[in-house]
Order: sequence, then C-alpha cells, then structure tokens
Amino acid sequence: MADKTTLAAHRAEHRQPLVRVVRKNDMPAYKSTLLRIGAFVVALVAGGLFILCIGQNPFDVYGTILNGSFRTSMAIQATVKIAVPLLICSLGLTFAFKMNFWNIGAEGQLIMGAICATPIALYLDGLPRPLVLILMVLAGMIGGGIWALIPAIFKVRFGTNETLFTLMLNYIALYMIMYFREGPWRDPNTPAYPQIKYFSQNARLYEVLGVHIGWIIALVLVILVYIYLNKTKQGYEISVVGESQATARYAGMNVGRIVIRTMFISGAVCGLAGVIQISGADYTLADSVAGGVGFTAIIVAWISRLNPFVITLVSALFAILEKGCSVMQSTFQISTTASEVLQGVILFFILGFEFFTRYALVFRKRGGK
Amino acid sequence: MTAHETAIELKGITKTFGAVVANDNIDLDVKKGEILALLGENGSGKTTLMNMLSGIYRPDSGSIYIDGAEAVINSPKDAAKLGIGMIHQHFKLVEALTARDNVVMGTKTDRRLNKKALSAKIQKISVRFGLSVDPDKMICDMSVGEKQTVEILKVLYRGARILILDEPTAVLTPQETERLFAILRKMKEDGCAVIIITHKLNEVLEISDRVTILRRGRSIETVHTAEVDAYRLTELMVGHAVDLSIERPVTEKVQGLLKVQHLTVANSEGYNALEDVSFDLAGGEILGVAGVANSGQRELCETIAGLMKTKDGAIYYRNENIVGKSPADIIKAGISMSFIPEDRLGMGLVASMGMADNMLLKSYKQGKGPFLDKKPSRELAKALIGKLDISTPGINTPVRMLSGGNVQKVLLGREIESNPSLLITAYPVRGLDINSSFTIYNLLNEQKKKGVAVLFIGEDLDVLLELCDRIMVLCHGRVTGIVEAQKVTKNDLGLLMAGETLNEREEDA
Repeated sequence: MADKTTLAAHRAEHRQPLVRVVRKNDMPAYKSTLLRIGAFVVALVAGGLFILCIGQNPFDVYGTILNGSFRTSMAIQATVKIAVPLLICSLGLTFAFKMNFWNIGAEGQLIMGAICATPIALYLDGLPRPLVLILMVLAGMIGGGIWALIPAIFKVRFGTNETLFTLMLNYIALYMIMYFREGPWRDPNTPAYPQIKYFSQNARLYEVLGVHIGWIIALVLVILVYIYLNKTKQGYEISVVGESQATARYAGMNVGRIVIRTMFISGAVCGLAGVIQISGADYTLADSVAGGVGFTAIIVAWISRLNPFVITLVSALFAILEKGCSVMQSTFQISTTASEVLQGVILFFILGFEFFTRYALVFRKRGGK
Repeated sequence: MTAHETAIELKGITKTFGAVVANDNIDLDVKKGEILALLGENGSGKTTLMNMLSGIYRPDSGSIYIDGAEAVINSPKDAAKLGIGMIHQHFKLVEALTARDNVVMGTKTDRRLNKKALSAKIQKISVRFGLSVDPDKMICDMSVGEKQTVEILKVLYRGARILILDEPTAVLTPQETERLFAILRKMKEDGCAVIIITHKLNEVLEISDRVTILRRGRSIETVHTAEVDAYRLTELMVGHAVDLSIERPVTEKVQGLLKVQHLTVANSEGYNALEDVSFDLAGGEILGVAGVANSGQRELCETIAGLMKTKDGAIYYRNENIVGKSPADIIKAGISMSFIPEDRLGMGLVASMGMADNMLLKSYKQGKGPFLDKKPSRELAKALIGKLDISTPGINTPVRMLSGGNVQKVLLGREIESNPSLLITAYPVRGLDINSSFTIYNLLNEQKKKGVAVLFIGEDLDVLLELCDRIMVLCHGRVTGIVEAQKVTKNDLGLLMAGETLNEREEDA
C-alpha cells in the first residue's frame, strides 16, 4: 500500500503541468499602474537588445528618439502634428467602445470626413476663411458620422457584425479617395501623376504657436468627451448599454436609438480628425490621409482604458515614438524596416503585459508538494 | 466489496481566487456504498471543492486520495480515468442527438460498436441501476428529469464509481426527485460513492448517510444524518440558531389591481412560452408562481414589465390595458410597477457601476437639461446601506464586488424606494444565504402590508407554501392550477408542476 502511494505521488508530480494560468481578481489601481510602468521598462530593454543586435548603442538611439521629438520647436511641432489626429480618433472611438460596440472603422470614418470636406476646400474657397473652415468641419463630421451610422443601423436592424462591417467600410473609403483623385478632382496642372490640387489659403487651418489649431480643438475635445461620458444622461445611457443591453431595456432605454446616436457621434469625431488632417497638415486630400491612424487609435483607446485624459498622454507617447524613430532613422542610417521592428517590439511588450493585469502564472512547485 | 472502504479522501484542500479564500483547509471523506451530502450556503465553497475533484480547478495545496492512493487531477479527463463523474447543474448534452450518441460521445473504444451492441450495453447499465432511458430518443424531446438520467448514464457508462451531483434537484419536480433518489440508492447498493451538493435540508435528511457541512470555505463538521434534524443542520450551516418559519400576515385585499387575461407569448424561437395564462392579483396579496425551471416564469415577468411582446391576450393594471407599452411608457404613464429580474447583474443592475449610479437606472431622466443629477441617488444609496444593512466598502464600489445577498438588497431596495403598487420578483432569494433570504421575505411582507400586490416567482416549494397567499403553477407555459397556499401540500404542487390537474389526475399524463 505504501509503495503504491509513493508511486502515485511520483507519477502525480510528473503529471502536474509546469505552468498554469490563473485568473486574478481586479487589482488595485496603483498596482496596475506599476505593472504598466514595468511593462514600459521591459519594452525599452527588449527594444535595446534589438538595437544592440543591429550594432548600435541603445542609449544613443533612445536618446536620439527623445531628443528627436523635442530638440527644436520644429521637432515639437511635428510631434504634435502626429499626435493630434491620433488623439481625436481615439476620443471618437471611446464613444463606441464604451458602448461595447466594436468600431474598427475609425480609419474609414476619418477618410470620409476628409472626402466630404474636400469639395468645400476645392470649390467654395471664395467664401470668407472662417466660413470655409466651419463648413469643412461640418461636412467632415457629417460624413464621418454617416459612415459610422451605416454599420450601426445594420447592427440594430439586422444584427450584423459591426467589427467586420466597420472594417470593410475602411477599404471602401480608401478606394473612394483614389477614385476622386484619378477622376473628378484630379488636378489638371499635374498631368504626370494623378493628384488633388493643394488647398488655397482660405481652406487651411489657422496656426497657433506654429501648429495648426487642431491641437487646441483636440484638447477641448478631451474635456468635452470626459464631461459627456461621465456627467450627462446620454453618457450614462452609453455606459448602461455597454454593460448590458438587457439592463438598458429594463431601465426603459431605447437601445437602438442610443446605439445609432452614439455611433454617429463616434464617426463624426473621427471625421473631424480627417478634416483637421487635410486642412491643417496635408493641405490636400491624398490616400495617405489616415495612414493607419484609425487602427493605432484602437490600441490607444484600449490601453488608456477609455479615459480621455490617459488617451491624451498615450497619444503623445505614440507620437514621440513615431517622430523619434524617424529622426533615429536618418541619424543612424537605420532602415525604415528596422525602425518599424523597434516600434513593434516596444508595442508588443506594452500590450503583452496587459495579460498580467488579469491573469497570473503559477509555476509547479518543487519537491512534489 | 466492503461498505467501509474509503473511496475519496480530501486532506487540507485550500483554493483561493485572488484575495478570496474559497476553500480553506478542507477535510472530507466518502466511503464506498455511501451517500455523502455536502451542505452549505451559497458561497460556502461546495462547488469549488467538487470542481477540484472533477479536474476543473486545481487546489493550491492539500491532497486528494482516490481508493487510498494520492492522485493529481489536472483535467476532467484525469477525473474520468479515476472513476469520478460529475453531474453539473446545467446539463452538458447535445440536444440534436439521441441518448445513445450522447452517452457514447467522447469514449474512444466503443465508437466502432454497432447500435445494437451499444444499446445492449446501455440497457445493461440501466437495469443495474434502475435507470429508464430510451437510447433512441432525441435529447430535445426529453423532459428535464430524463435529461438528467442521461447525464447519470453517461458517467456510469464511463465506469464512474464516484458520482458527484451539483444541486441535482433544483430543476426537478418532487416526483422526479423521488425517482432520482431511487437511482442514487441503487448506486449505493452497488458500492458506488455518491456526493450530493444541495442546500435543501429535507433532501439531505432523506437521502444521505452522512453530511459534511461547509461554512465560509471551511469544513465545519461531519455528522451522521440519522443523528441530526433540520434545525441542527441549519445551525451548523449558518453558525447560530435560526427560526425557520416564515410569517404570513393577514391583510386587506384590494381586488383587481392586476388582471391578466388569456395571455399568450412567443419566445425568441417562436414557440409559445406562455399559453392562455389568466390570473388576478390583488393589492396586499402575495401570489406565488411555481413550476420547474423554464416553464414560462421569465416570460411572464418580462411580459408584464413590458420587455416582451405579447401574441394574444390582455394585461389590465387598474383596469387599463398595458399590453404593448414599453418599460419607458410604463414609467411615463405613472404606473408604479417594479420588476426584480432573476438575472440581477445582467438585467436589474449595472454590474460595473457602484450603488449610487445604480440608483439612477430608472430615474436618470428626471430633471431638466442634459446633465445627470447624482445627488439624490448618492443619498438614496447611503440611506439604503443603513436601512437594509448592506455591507459594501462604499457607494461607488462596483456592485459586482458585493455578495449575492447584498446585490439583491441593493436591487430590491431601489425598487421598494420607488413606492410601487405592483412588485414582481423573480427568484429573489436565489443564491442568498438563510439570513439574507429571511430579510427578503420580511421586506416582501412589509410591502404586502402596505397594500402592494406582489408576484413572487419561487423555486423552493416550502417557502412558496409558507409565504404566499395563493400559488399559481405553470407547466410548459400553461397554468395548471391556482391554489390557496394553506389548502395544498407539496405533493399537490408537484403534480401540478408535472402538468396534471388536481381533480382529474387521469387526464393529461
């Protein structure tokens, strides 16, 4: 009998898995903050190893990244210009995500905003500058809003999958730019390659401190979004619908109407990002207008746990990384791909650590006990 | 086989989830040919413990001995190899397949046997343990009791000698429960070890040989069933003596507050979940609704609350037909109706919000302007904490962090504070410990004394018989009887729940 027991214990020890994943309870805020800071450090170390592998000094490279985005006022302005559309799109997505609506279409909504504002810039630029800009903003927000409204209506009416629907609309929007660029809006003065004419002064945003006023709009928006989501009746409705539609119906809310209204707002804000991009930075409509911002914004919104103030901070960090990496490329003669790998490595670790806010790993104890 | 050989022994089992200690140094043993009842209030760690035996969780520390040898159970597969079979509360059967297919599914060796041989094998086990299952019957055509029998057959077919049943009687009528107990007794005679998880005391006393009582994750005591009674068991379970009688105050009835006539409601799949349901509910009355699970209780509540569409019939509230009104319309029309849904965190409350924000749920539209007025809700939340003795770290702590009893108090408190004249409660004490349950019964009685009409959907027949004035019994969405609670027995209710009528039992078998 004793023999059998030890044998079983021996066998048991071997059958126990080396690592088990265990769900954790909600961790206190300070702990999750510490964890995220830890993730950032690990990400930098891992990125540093990669830099070593390509034969550079990590400290020099990181120094250049930081320096590159802040060293001159020009550099700072460039960094802000990268941050603004990212920040606005992330804010726009926050509406949808808070409602648990998977809007993957910020990219397309941004593009539609830009597309709808462009004819005003091209054909109504004879009007006074403030009027042109206001009309552009309105057209852009309506355009982006409608682009988000389509999947919302289908979701409410027919229960379609919003993730796929919003994703697919991105590509339709992108190809619409190409159509306009090759067709109706093609600039006849550049016959060599298709392009849309640069906007006249009346369709360009005012500048404050050397950067277009988009940054002020974005910061104001941060506060507005915070107030709307946390202090208003409509914001409360969004939270309830996001948590449970059954509860929302129980409370007498019209879930369909709330979903449609919120998605319009979400798309409209993303559309605004598009208007600011074309009238503040690009001065024309090109197919690179969004350039993946709508997708990066998804990451920014979720990392920030849908908190507008944290979104501001994270957008700034993303912009610094991007701007800094472009400076790093030219300074150290590192290829674009290597720079992108570095960005990817850093992101991978920051996102990967989110796993540990919810789960813990338990290792097999030694000695069979 | 000797009747005293130990089948399972647990020593010092501890399991924690984050900061919560679900099982704290638990010892337990079951002998072959014995039925052990595992008794404890909700949250006392019964299910967690059994999930460790069946390989769903792993203990943090402690050891498990099966037939005297230490075992490590990493997966349900390991558990099956060791002869442990678990019957879960929610059946794990494929509805579109026959009983035979469900039984054989997942076993490797028997897949190639032909139908006849399989049926014969199933038949052999059935006879041995007194199960009656038609191997060719589709699961979807079976009653709840039959499905449970298939579940039992499934684990026996896999050679289980240790059977764990998690609250097996919750979905059964009293008659079906009897049949289940007969099967369990046969298994016992055959030398199997049976563990039955339950919180119904009378069942513990009827079926078990010994009882192990858990309280707050600890094994408090193991007693021989023959030596205890219900009061002693409650005392062990709760930790102090409890008065188990529920009061039924006599009140003045205001007739005709709610009249439901010929109500027919289709569920999402298009089947009639309610068919031709008619009843009256008076102010100052508690009308109980009994029936096995999914007999149309949920649909009845949600239809009256305006959440489901009716196919036919009428609902009169103070002589006004409210069919077709949405919850918003009902609130707007000044109809003071409160619905306490069974899914408290999925429907009645917003799990991630604190008490204060949950108080706003039905009243957030009050007040002019686009902004929320959070002040009254904060005050209400604070008042309720004192009034109903709700234990929470604060009014902004997400309600999902609260215990089941406190969650229910938050929900019931909010609804009662809105001064309803009609209160609909679905399984208001589900998942609550005995103390909390009695608090809820008292609150309902208080409402009754105030002249509120209460519709009480219940599952514990003893409670229904003691608390309610009248009891309506549903079976497959039809009313099989509306009876005076004082004039019927549990057995009568059981027959009605099974679809028979009290006077003409031969009809409608």
